[in-house]
Amino acid sequence: MNILTEFGRYILMLVDMFSKPENIKMYWKEFMHQCVEIGIRSLGIVAIISVFMGAVSALQTAYQLVTPLIPLSTIAQIVRDTVILEFSPTLVCLVLAGVVGSKIAGELGNMRVSEQIDALEIMGINTRTYLVLPKILAALLTIPMLVIISAVLGILGGKLAAVATGIVSTSQFDKGLFQYFKPYNVFFALVKSYVFAFIISSISSFYGYYVNGGALEIGRASTKSVVASCVMILLADYVLSAILL
Amino acid sequence: MIEVKDLKKGFGGKPVINGVNAVFDPGKCNLIIGSSGSGKTVLMKCLVGLFEPDSGDISYDRKNFTAMNEEERKLLRRQIGMLFQGAALFDSMTVEQNIMFPLDMFTTDNFATKLKRVNEVLERVNMKDVNDKFPAEISGGMKKRVGIGRAIVLNPKYLFCDEPNSGLDPLTSILIDKLIKEITIEYNITTVVNTHDMNSVMETGDHIIYMSDGIKEWEGTNKEIIFSKNKKLNDFIFASEFLQDAKDMRMLEMRGKIDNDRNMDELLK
Repeated sequence: MNILTEFGRYILMLVDMFSKPENIKMYWKEFMHQCVEIGIRSLGIVAIISVFMGAVSALQTAYQLVTPLIPLSTIAQIVRDTVILEFSPTLVCLVLAGVVGSKIAGELGNMRVSEQIDALEIMGINTRTYLVLPKILAALLTIPMLVIISAVLGILGGKLAAVATGIVSTSQFDKGLFQYFKPYNVFFALVKSYVFAFIISSISSFYGYYVNGGALEIGRASTKSVVASCVMILLADYVLSAILL
Repeated sequence: MIEVKDLKKGFGGKPVINGVNAVFDPGKCNLIIGSSGSGKTVLMKCLVGLFEPDSGDISYDRKNFTAMNEEERKLLRRQIGMLFQGAALFDSMTVEQNIMFPLDMFTTDNFATKLKRVNEVLERVNMKDVNDKFPAEISGGMKKRVGIGRAIVLNPKYLFCDEPNSGLDPLTSILIDKLIKEITIEYNITTVVNTHDMNSVMETGDHIIYMSDGIKEWEGTNKEIIFSKNKKLNDFIFASEFLQDAKDMRMLEMRGKIDNDRNMDELLK
Protein backbone atom coordinates (compact mmCIF):
# COMPACT_ATOMS: atom_id res chain seq x y z
CA MET A 1 0.00 0.00 0.00
CA ASN A 2 2.83 2.35 0.91
CA ILE A 3 4.59 1.67 -2.39
CA LEU A 4 1.36 2.35 -4.28
CA THR A 5 0.86 5.63 -2.40
CA GLU A 6 4.45 6.69 -3.16
CA PHE A 7 4.04 5.73 -6.81
CA GLY A 8 0.80 7.74 -6.98
CA ARG A 9 2.53 10.81 -5.52
CA TYR A 10 5.40 10.35 -7.97
CA ILE A 11 2.99 10.29 -10.92
CA LEU A 12 1.10 13.32 -9.57
CA MET A 13 4.36 15.23 -9.23
CA LEU A 14 5.20 14.44 -12.86
CA VAL A 15 1.72 15.44 -14.06
CA ASP A 16 1.75 18.68 -12.03
CA MET A 17 5.08 19.67 -13.61
CA PHE A 18 3.35 20.60 -16.82
CA SER A 19 1.86 24.03 -16.17
CA LYS A 20 2.36 27.34 -17.91
CA PRO A 21 5.58 29.00 -16.72
CA GLU A 22 5.13 32.36 -14.99
CA ASN A 23 8.17 33.82 -16.76
CA ILE A 24 9.86 31.79 -19.49
CA LYS A 25 13.19 33.68 -19.08
CA MET A 26 13.49 32.60 -15.45
CA TYR A 27 12.72 28.98 -16.36
CA TRP A 28 15.31 29.06 -19.15
CA LYS A 29 17.86 30.45 -16.67
CA GLU A 30 17.08 27.64 -14.24
CA PHE A 31 17.29 25.05 -17.05
CA MET A 32 20.74 26.32 -18.10
CA HIS A 33 21.86 26.33 -14.47
CA GLN A 34 20.79 22.69 -14.15
CA CYS A 35 22.58 21.78 -17.40
CA VAL A 36 25.78 23.08 -15.82
CA GLU A 37 25.12 21.35 -12.48
CA ILE A 38 24.16 17.98 -13.99
CA GLY A 39 26.20 17.92 -17.18
CA ILE A 40 29.35 20.02 -16.88
CA ARG A 41 30.02 19.26 -13.22
CA SER A 42 29.78 15.49 -13.86
CA LEU A 43 32.18 15.57 -16.80
CA GLY A 44 35.31 14.97 -14.70
CA ILE A 45 34.10 11.83 -12.93
CA VAL A 46 32.57 10.46 -16.17
CA ALA A 47 35.88 10.96 -18.01
CA ILE A 48 37.94 9.21 -15.31
CA ILE A 49 35.54 6.27 -15.04
CA SER A 50 35.25 5.86 -18.81
CA VAL A 51 38.99 5.80 -19.53
CA PHE A 52 39.68 3.22 -16.82
CA MET A 53 36.58 1.21 -17.72
CA GLY A 54 37.77 0.89 -21.33
CA ALA A 55 41.36 0.13 -20.29
CA VAL A 56 40.34 -2.63 -17.87
CA SER A 57 37.92 -4.02 -20.43
CA ALA A 58 40.74 -4.29 -23.03
CA LEU A 59 43.15 -5.95 -20.61
CA GLN A 60 40.60 -8.46 -19.33
CA THR A 61 39.43 -9.36 -22.85
CA ALA A 62 43.06 -9.96 -23.93
CA TYR A 63 43.62 -12.11 -20.82
CA GLN A 64 40.66 -14.35 -21.75
CA LEU A 65 41.59 -14.69 -25.48
CA VAL A 66 44.11 -17.48 -25.14
CA THR A 67 43.50 -19.22 -28.48
CA PRO A 68 45.53 -18.10 -31.56
CA LEU A 69 42.49 -18.91 -33.73
CA ILE A 70 40.83 -15.61 -32.80
CA PRO A 71 42.51 -12.56 -34.33
CA LEU A 72 43.79 -9.94 -31.88
CA SER A 73 41.69 -7.26 -33.56
CA THR A 74 38.68 -8.96 -31.90
CA ILE A 75 39.77 -7.30 -28.65
CA ALA A 76 38.86 -3.91 -30.13
CA GLN A 77 35.47 -5.22 -31.28
CA ILE A 78 34.69 -6.59 -27.81
CA VAL A 79 35.85 -3.39 -26.08
CA ARG A 80 33.79 -1.27 -28.51
CA ASP A 81 30.60 -3.30 -28.11
CA THR A 82 30.77 -3.73 -24.33
CA VAL A 83 31.52 -0.05 -23.85
CA ILE A 84 28.74 1.12 -26.20
CA LEU A 85 26.13 -1.45 -25.21
CA GLU A 86 26.62 -1.70 -21.47
CA PHE A 87 29.48 0.09 -19.76
CA SER A 88 28.87 3.65 -20.95
CA PRO A 89 25.08 3.81 -20.63
CA THR A 90 24.60 1.60 -17.57
CA LEU A 91 27.75 1.96 -15.50
CA VAL A 92 28.04 5.70 -16.07
CA CYS A 93 24.35 6.18 -15.24
CA LEU A 94 24.75 4.12 -12.05
CA VAL A 95 27.56 6.46 -11.04
CA LEU A 96 25.48 9.49 -12.05
CA ALA A 97 22.61 8.16 -9.91
CA GLY A 98 24.99 8.60 -6.97
CA VAL A 99 26.59 11.88 -8.01
CA VAL A 100 23.66 13.73 -9.60
CA GLY A 101 20.82 11.92 -7.81
CA SER A 102 22.08 12.65 -4.32
CA LYS A 103 22.78 16.27 -5.30
CA ILE A 104 19.24 16.78 -6.62
CA ALA A 105 17.62 15.07 -3.62
CA GLY A 106 19.83 17.00 -1.19
CA GLU A 107 19.18 20.36 -2.86
CA LEU A 108 15.40 19.93 -3.00
CA GLY A 109 15.31 18.39 0.49
CA ASN A 110 17.18 21.35 1.93
CA MET A 111 14.83 23.75 0.13
CA ARG A 112 11.83 21.90 1.55
CA VAL A 113 13.15 21.77 5.13
CA SER A 114 14.23 25.44 5.15
CA GLU A 115 10.81 26.46 3.76
CA GLN A 116 12.29 27.81 0.50
CA ILE A 117 9.78 25.71 -1.47
CA ASP A 118 6.94 27.13 0.65
CA ALA A 119 8.28 30.63 -0.03
CA LEU A 120 8.10 29.97 -3.78
CA GLU A 121 4.58 28.53 -3.45
CA ILE A 122 3.44 31.63 -1.52
CA MET A 123 4.75 33.79 -4.37
CA GLY A 124 2.38 31.89 -6.68
CA ILE A 125 5.03 29.79 -8.42
CA ASN A 126 4.33 26.15 -9.34
CA THR A 127 7.39 24.65 -7.65
CA ARG A 128 7.09 21.35 -9.53
CA THR A 129 7.37 23.26 -12.80
CA TYR A 130 10.09 25.63 -11.62
CA LEU A 131 12.24 23.23 -9.61
CA VAL A 132 11.63 19.70 -10.95
CA LEU A 133 10.98 20.15 -14.69
CA PRO A 134 14.27 21.98 -15.48
CA LYS A 135 16.19 19.23 -13.66
CA ILE A 136 14.52 16.47 -15.68
CA LEU A 137 14.94 18.34 -18.98
CA ALA A 138 18.58 19.15 -18.20
CA ALA A 139 19.24 15.50 -17.35
CA LEU A 140 17.56 14.39 -20.60
CA LEU A 141 19.80 16.76 -22.54
CA THR A 142 23.13 16.28 -20.80
CA ILE A 143 23.21 12.64 -19.66
CA PRO A 144 22.99 11.18 -23.22
CA MET A 145 25.82 13.59 -24.14
CA LEU A 146 27.85 12.32 -21.20
CA VAL A 147 27.18 8.75 -22.34
CA ILE A 148 28.46 9.54 -25.85
CA ILE A 149 31.57 11.21 -24.39
CA SER A 150 32.00 8.23 -22.08
CA ALA A 151 31.81 5.75 -24.99
CA VAL A 152 34.46 7.66 -26.94
CA LEU A 153 36.74 7.96 -23.91
CA GLY A 154 36.15 4.30 -22.99
CA ILE A 155 37.23 3.09 -26.42
CA LEU A 156 40.23 5.44 -26.33
CA GLY A 157 41.14 4.13 -22.87
CA GLY A 158 40.90 0.56 -24.19
CA LYS A 159 43.12 1.40 -27.14
CA LEU A 160 45.64 3.17 -24.94
CA ALA A 161 45.89 0.22 -22.53
CA ALA A 162 46.00 -2.42 -25.27
CA VAL A 163 48.64 -0.60 -27.32
CA ALA A 164 50.72 0.54 -24.32
CA THR A 165 50.97 -2.98 -22.94
CA GLY A 166 51.87 -4.39 -26.37
CA ILE A 167 48.82 -6.65 -26.64
CA VAL A 168 47.84 -5.25 -30.05
CA SER A 169 49.25 -2.69 -32.43
CA THR A 170 47.44 0.55 -33.22
CA SER A 171 46.53 -0.67 -36.71
CA GLN A 172 45.17 -3.98 -35.36
CA PHE A 173 43.04 -2.14 -32.81
CA ASP A 174 41.73 0.35 -35.41
CA LYS A 175 40.95 -2.50 -37.81
CA GLY A 176 38.93 -4.31 -35.14
CA LEU A 177 37.21 -1.11 -34.09
CA PHE A 178 35.52 -0.64 -37.48
CA GLN A 179 34.87 -4.35 -38.19
CA TYR A 180 31.23 -5.45 -37.97
CA PHE A 181 30.17 -2.12 -36.45
CA LYS A 182 26.39 -1.88 -35.98
CA PRO A 183 25.05 1.70 -35.75
CA TYR A 184 21.96 0.20 -34.04
CA ASN A 185 24.11 -0.37 -30.94
CA VAL A 186 24.60 3.40 -30.63
CA PHE A 187 20.84 3.89 -31.00
CA PHE A 188 20.28 1.30 -28.26
CA ALA A 189 22.79 3.03 -25.98
CA LEU A 190 21.08 6.37 -26.52
CA VAL A 191 17.62 4.93 -25.80
CA LYS A 192 19.01 3.51 -22.55
CA SER A 193 20.67 6.79 -21.63
CA TYR A 194 17.44 8.76 -22.12
CA VAL A 195 15.49 6.28 -19.98
CA PHE A 196 18.17 6.26 -17.27
CA ALA A 197 18.41 10.08 -17.32
CA PHE A 198 14.68 10.29 -16.68
CA ILE A 199 14.89 7.70 -13.89
CA ILE A 200 17.79 9.45 -12.13
CA SER A 201 16.36 12.98 -12.30
CA SER A 202 12.71 12.18 -11.59
CA ILE A 203 13.26 9.71 -8.73
CA SER A 204 15.81 11.91 -6.94
CA SER A 205 13.58 14.97 -7.43
CA PHE A 206 10.64 13.04 -5.97
CA TYR A 207 12.55 11.98 -2.84
CA GLY A 208 13.98 15.47 -2.34
CA TYR A 209 10.75 17.35 -3.03
CA TYR A 210 8.73 15.38 -0.49
CA VAL A 211 11.24 15.38 2.38
CA ASN A 212 9.50 15.76 5.69
CA GLY A 213 11.51 16.61 8.79
CA GLY A 214 15.05 17.87 9.26
CA ALA A 215 18.67 17.33 8.29
CA LEU A 216 18.54 13.60 9.07
CA GLU A 217 15.66 13.11 6.63
CA ILE A 218 17.55 14.94 3.89
CA GLY A 219 20.36 12.38 4.22
CA ARG A 220 17.86 9.53 4.22
CA ALA A 221 16.11 10.93 1.15
CA SER A 222 19.45 11.17 -0.70
CA THR A 223 20.28 7.56 0.14
CA LYS A 224 16.79 6.35 -0.80
CA SER A 225 16.92 8.22 -4.10
CA VAL A 226 20.28 6.66 -5.02
CA VAL A 227 19.15 3.13 -4.07
CA ALA A 228 15.80 3.46 -5.88
CA SER A 229 17.44 4.98 -8.98
CA CYS A 230 20.06 2.21 -9.15
CA VAL A 231 17.45 -0.55 -8.79
CA MET A 232 15.23 1.06 -11.44
CA ILE A 233 18.20 1.53 -13.80
CA LEU A 234 19.10 -2.18 -13.53
CA LEU A 235 15.48 -3.19 -14.02
CA ALA A 236 15.06 -0.87 -17.03
CA ASP A 237 18.38 -2.15 -18.42
CA TYR A 238 17.05 -5.71 -18.42
CA VAL A 239 13.66 -4.73 -19.88
CA LEU A 240 15.19 -2.60 -22.66
CA SER A 241 17.70 -5.32 -23.53
CA ALA A 242 14.90 -7.88 -23.71
CA ILE A 243 12.77 -5.63 -25.91
CA LEU A 244 15.31 -3.94 -28.17
CA LEU A 245 18.05 -6.56 -28.70
CA MET B 1 -9.33 42.38 5.00
CA ILE B 2 -9.14 38.64 5.60
CA GLU B 3 -12.16 36.77 6.97
CA VAL B 4 -12.08 33.28 8.41
CA LYS B 5 -15.38 31.45 8.89
CA ASP B 6 -15.75 28.24 10.89
CA LEU B 7 -12.37 26.91 9.76
CA LYS B 8 -11.58 23.29 10.56
CA LYS B 9 -8.43 21.33 9.86
CA GLY B 10 -7.21 18.01 11.21
CA PHE B 11 -4.50 15.46 10.57
CA GLY B 12 -5.04 11.72 10.77
CA GLY B 13 -8.54 12.20 12.18
CA LYS B 14 -7.28 14.46 15.00
CA PRO B 15 -8.65 18.02 14.82
CA VAL B 16 -5.97 20.71 15.03
CA ILE B 17 -8.19 23.70 14.23
CA ASN B 18 -11.76 23.35 15.35
CA GLY B 19 -14.13 26.01 14.03
CA VAL B 20 -12.14 29.24 14.10
CA ASN B 21 -13.83 32.53 13.13
CA ALA B 22 -11.79 35.71 12.75
CA VAL B 23 -11.48 38.97 10.85
CA PHE B 24 -8.08 40.53 10.13
CA ASP B 25 -8.31 44.22 9.25
CA PRO B 26 -5.95 46.22 7.03
CA GLY B 27 -3.46 48.65 8.54
CA LYS B 28 -3.34 46.60 11.73
CA CYS B 29 -0.89 44.12 13.20
CA ASN B 30 -3.11 41.09 13.73
CA LEU B 31 -1.42 38.65 16.08
CA ILE B 32 -2.13 34.95 16.47
CA ILE B 33 -0.72 33.77 19.78
CA GLY B 34 -0.85 30.48 21.62
CA SER B 35 1.32 27.77 23.09
CA SER B 36 3.04 25.11 20.97
CA GLY B 37 0.51 22.75 19.43
CA SER B 38 -2.37 25.20 19.80
CA GLY B 39 -2.91 25.30 16.03
CA LYS B 40 -1.63 28.79 15.21
CA THR B 41 0.90 27.65 12.59
CA VAL B 42 -1.70 25.38 10.97
CA LEU B 43 -4.13 28.31 10.93
CA MET B 44 -1.55 30.52 9.20
CA LYS B 45 -0.68 27.79 6.68
CA CYS B 46 -4.40 27.42 5.92
CA LEU B 47 -4.66 31.19 5.45
CA VAL B 48 -1.90 31.26 2.82
CA GLY B 49 -3.02 28.03 1.15
CA LEU B 50 -0.13 25.78 2.15
CA PHE B 51 -2.71 23.54 3.87
CA GLU B 52 -6.20 22.85 2.53
CA PRO B 53 -8.83 23.29 5.27
CA ASP B 54 -11.23 20.39 5.89
CA SER B 55 -14.15 22.83 6.05
CA GLY B 56 -14.90 26.52 6.46
CA ASP B 57 -14.10 29.56 4.35
CA ILE B 58 -11.23 32.01 4.00
CA SER B 59 -11.96 35.25 2.15
CA TYR B 60 -9.53 37.91 0.96
CA ASP B 61 -11.43 41.17 0.48
CA ARG B 62 -14.67 39.16 0.19
CA LYS B 63 -13.22 36.81 -2.45
CA ASN B 64 -13.52 33.21 -1.30
CA PHE B 65 -9.97 31.83 -1.31
CA THR B 66 -11.02 28.27 -0.49
CA ALA B 67 -13.28 28.14 -3.58
CA MET B 68 -10.62 29.51 -5.97
CA ASN B 69 -8.96 27.34 -8.60
CA GLU B 70 -5.17 27.10 -8.88
CA GLU B 71 -4.86 29.96 -11.41
CA GLU B 72 -7.02 32.32 -9.31
CA ARG B 73 -4.96 31.44 -6.25
CA LYS B 74 -1.74 32.15 -8.14
CA LEU B 75 -2.99 35.63 -8.99
CA LEU B 76 -4.03 36.31 -5.40
CA ARG B 77 -0.73 35.02 -4.06
CA ARG B 78 1.08 37.78 -5.93
CA GLN B 79 -0.58 40.15 -3.43
CA ILE B 80 0.71 38.11 -0.50
CA GLY B 81 4.11 38.48 1.14
CA MET B 82 5.36 36.12 3.79
CA LEU B 83 8.20 36.16 6.25
CA PHE B 84 9.12 32.65 7.34
CA GLN B 85 10.46 31.58 10.72
CA GLY B 86 13.93 30.93 9.30
CA ALA B 87 13.53 33.70 6.67
CA ALA B 88 13.62 31.02 3.88
CA LEU B 89 16.09 32.98 1.77
CA PHE B 90 17.42 31.19 -1.30
CA ASP B 91 20.89 29.95 -0.28
CA SER B 92 22.38 30.09 -3.75
CA MET B 93 21.40 33.73 -4.30
CA THR B 94 22.81 36.96 -2.90
CA VAL B 95 20.69 39.35 -0.84
CA GLU B 96 20.08 41.44 -3.97
CA GLN B 97 19.09 38.40 -6.06
CA ASN B 98 16.78 37.17 -3.28
CA ILE B 99 14.86 40.44 -3.18
CA MET B 100 14.93 40.80 -6.97
CA PHE B 101 13.57 37.28 -7.49
CA PRO B 102 9.82 38.20 -7.30
CA LEU B 103 10.49 41.18 -9.59
CA ASP B 104 12.32 38.94 -12.08
CA MET B 105 9.50 36.43 -12.02
CA PHE B 106 6.47 38.70 -12.15
CA THR B 107 7.49 41.97 -13.77
CA THR B 108 8.86 42.95 -17.16
CA ASP B 109 10.87 45.88 -15.79
CA ASN B 110 14.45 46.36 -16.95
CA PHE B 111 17.38 45.59 -14.66
CA ALA B 112 17.98 49.23 -13.66
CA THR B 113 14.35 49.67 -12.53
CA LYS B 114 14.42 46.43 -10.60
CA LEU B 115 17.72 47.32 -8.94
CA LYS B 116 16.32 50.71 -7.93
CA ARG B 117 13.33 49.00 -6.30
CA VAL B 118 15.61 46.47 -4.53
CA ASN B 119 17.75 49.27 -3.13
CA GLU B 120 14.63 51.17 -1.98
CA VAL B 121 13.41 48.08 -0.14
CA LEU B 122 16.83 47.38 1.37
CA GLU B 123 16.97 50.95 2.62
CA ARG B 124 13.45 50.60 4.06
CA VAL B 125 14.47 47.55 6.08
CA ASN B 126 17.69 49.31 7.17
CA MET B 127 19.98 47.01 5.20
CA LYS B 128 22.38 49.05 3.11
CA ASP B 129 25.52 47.78 1.36
CA VAL B 130 24.74 44.10 1.76
CA ASN B 131 23.59 43.49 -1.83
CA ASP B 132 26.37 41.06 -2.67
CA LYS B 133 26.30 39.05 0.57
CA PHE B 134 24.94 35.52 0.63
CA PRO B 135 22.41 34.46 3.31
CA ALA B 136 25.10 32.37 5.01
CA GLU B 137 27.19 35.53 5.49
CA ILE B 138 24.60 37.59 7.40
CA SER B 139 23.14 37.33 10.92
CA GLY B 140 19.71 35.96 11.88
CA GLY B 141 18.25 39.44 12.37
CA MET B 142 19.60 40.59 9.00
CA LYS B 143 18.10 37.50 7.34
CA LYS B 144 14.71 38.40 8.82
CA ARG B 145 15.01 41.93 7.47
CA VAL B 146 15.96 40.65 4.02
CA GLY B 147 13.00 38.25 4.31
CA ILE B 148 10.72 41.20 5.04
CA GLY B 149 12.27 43.05 2.11
CA ARG B 150 11.54 40.16 -0.25
CA ALA B 151 8.00 39.92 1.12
CA ILE B 152 7.22 43.60 0.46
CA VAL B 153 9.10 44.14 -2.80
CA LEU B 154 5.95 43.64 -4.91
CA ASN B 155 3.89 45.95 -2.63
CA PRO B 156 1.64 43.20 -1.25
CA LYS B 157 -1.80 43.80 0.23
CA TYR B 158 -1.34 41.06 2.81
CA LEU B 159 1.72 40.26 4.90
CA PHE B 160 2.14 37.08 6.93
CA CYS B 161 4.94 36.67 9.46
CA ASP B 162 5.58 33.29 11.04
CA GLU B 163 7.32 33.80 14.39
CA PRO B 164 9.42 36.78 13.23
CA ASN B 165 11.28 37.00 16.57
CA SER B 166 12.31 33.39 16.99
CA GLY B 167 16.03 32.99 17.55
CA LEU B 168 16.66 36.72 17.89
CA ASP B 169 18.01 38.71 20.83
CA PRO B 170 15.51 41.05 22.59
CA LEU B 171 16.87 44.22 20.99
CA THR B 172 16.77 42.80 17.45
CA SER B 173 13.29 41.43 18.17
CA ILE B 174 12.09 44.93 19.04
CA LEU B 175 13.61 46.29 15.82
CA ILE B 176 11.87 43.61 13.74
CA ASP B 177 8.55 44.27 15.53
CA LYS B 178 8.88 48.00 14.91
CA LEU B 179 9.70 47.40 11.27
CA ILE B 180 6.66 45.15 10.75
CA LYS B 181 4.41 47.67 12.51
CA GLU B 182 5.77 50.62 10.51
CA ILE B 183 5.41 48.78 7.19
CA THR B 184 1.86 47.72 8.07
CA ILE B 185 0.80 51.32 8.70
CA GLU B 186 2.87 52.84 5.88
CA TYR B 187 1.49 50.57 3.14
CA ASN B 188 -1.90 49.89 4.81
CA ILE B 189 -1.23 46.14 4.65
CA THR B 190 -3.32 43.46 6.37
CA THR B 191 -0.61 41.92 8.52
CA VAL B 192 -0.99 38.62 10.33
CA VAL B 193 1.78 37.68 12.75
CA ASN B 194 2.18 34.33 14.42
CA THR B 195 4.18 34.82 17.61
CA HIS B 196 5.21 33.54 21.01
CA ASP B 197 6.98 36.73 21.94
CA MET B 198 5.25 38.63 24.74
CA ASN B 199 7.05 41.84 23.89
CA SER B 200 5.55 41.69 20.38
CA VAL B 201 2.12 41.08 21.91
CA MET B 202 2.33 44.13 24.13
CA GLU B 203 4.01 46.45 21.64
CA THR B 204 2.42 45.59 18.29
CA GLY B 205 -0.81 43.72 19.04
CA ASP B 206 -3.51 45.94 17.51
CA HIS B 207 -5.69 42.86 17.28
CA ILE B 208 -4.83 39.63 19.09
CA ILE B 209 -6.26 36.14 18.74
CA TYR B 210 -5.33 33.64 21.41
CA MET B 211 -5.52 30.04 20.22
CA SER B 212 -5.79 27.11 22.60
CA ASP B 213 -6.43 23.46 21.64
CA GLY B 214 -7.47 24.46 18.12
CA ILE B 215 -10.09 27.01 19.11
CA LYS B 216 -10.10 30.78 19.43
CA GLU B 217 -10.00 31.15 23.20
CA TRP B 218 -9.77 34.93 23.40
CA GLU B 219 -9.76 37.98 21.11
CA GLY B 220 -8.88 41.58 21.87
CA THR B 221 -6.17 44.24 21.80
CA ASN B 222 -2.87 44.69 23.65
CA LYS B 223 -4.65 47.16 25.96
CA GLU B 224 -7.43 44.70 26.80
CA ILE B 225 -5.09 41.76 27.38
CA ILE B 226 -3.90 43.31 30.65
CA PHE B 227 -7.39 43.25 32.11
CA SER B 228 -8.43 39.89 30.71
CA LYS B 229 -9.93 37.48 33.20
CA ASN B 230 -9.41 34.49 30.89
CA LYS B 231 -7.40 32.02 33.00
CA LYS B 232 -5.85 30.14 30.09
CA LEU B 233 -4.75 33.40 28.47
CA ASN B 234 -3.32 34.76 31.73
CA ASP B 235 -1.47 31.51 32.40
CA PHE B 236 0.02 31.67 28.92
CA ILE B 237 0.88 35.38 28.70
CA PHE B 238 1.94 36.02 32.27
CA ALA B 239 3.56 32.66 32.84
CA SER B 240 6.47 33.87 34.99
CA GLU B 241 6.33 35.76 38.29
CA PHE B 242 8.22 38.60 36.67
CA LEU B 243 5.59 39.01 33.95
CA GLN B 244 2.80 38.73 36.54
CA ASP B 245 4.42 41.58 38.51
CA ALA B 246 4.80 43.57 35.32
CA LYS B 247 1.12 43.06 34.58
CA ASP B 248 0.14 44.23 38.11
CA MET B 249 2.31 47.32 37.72
CA ARG B 250 0.81 48.12 34.32
CA MET B 251 -2.70 47.72 35.73
CA LEU B 252 -1.93 50.09 38.58
CA GLU B 253 -0.36 52.51 36.17
CA MET B 254 -3.37 52.38 33.87
CA ARG B 255 -5.73 52.99 36.79
CA GLY B 256 -3.69 56.05 37.70
CA LYS B 257 -2.34 54.67 40.96
CA ILE B 258 1.24 55.03 39.76
CA ASP B 259 1.89 58.29 38.03
CA ASN B 260 5.35 59.19 39.17
CA ASP B 261 8.41 57.88 40.95
CA ARG B 262 7.15 59.06 44.34
CA ASN B 263 4.03 56.88 44.13
CA MET B 264 6.14 53.97 42.97
CA ASP B 265 8.42 54.34 46.01
CA GLU B 266 5.39 54.28 48.29
CA LEU B 267 4.01 51.16 46.65
CA LEU B 268 7.34 49.40 46.90
CA LYS B 269 7.40 50.11 50.67
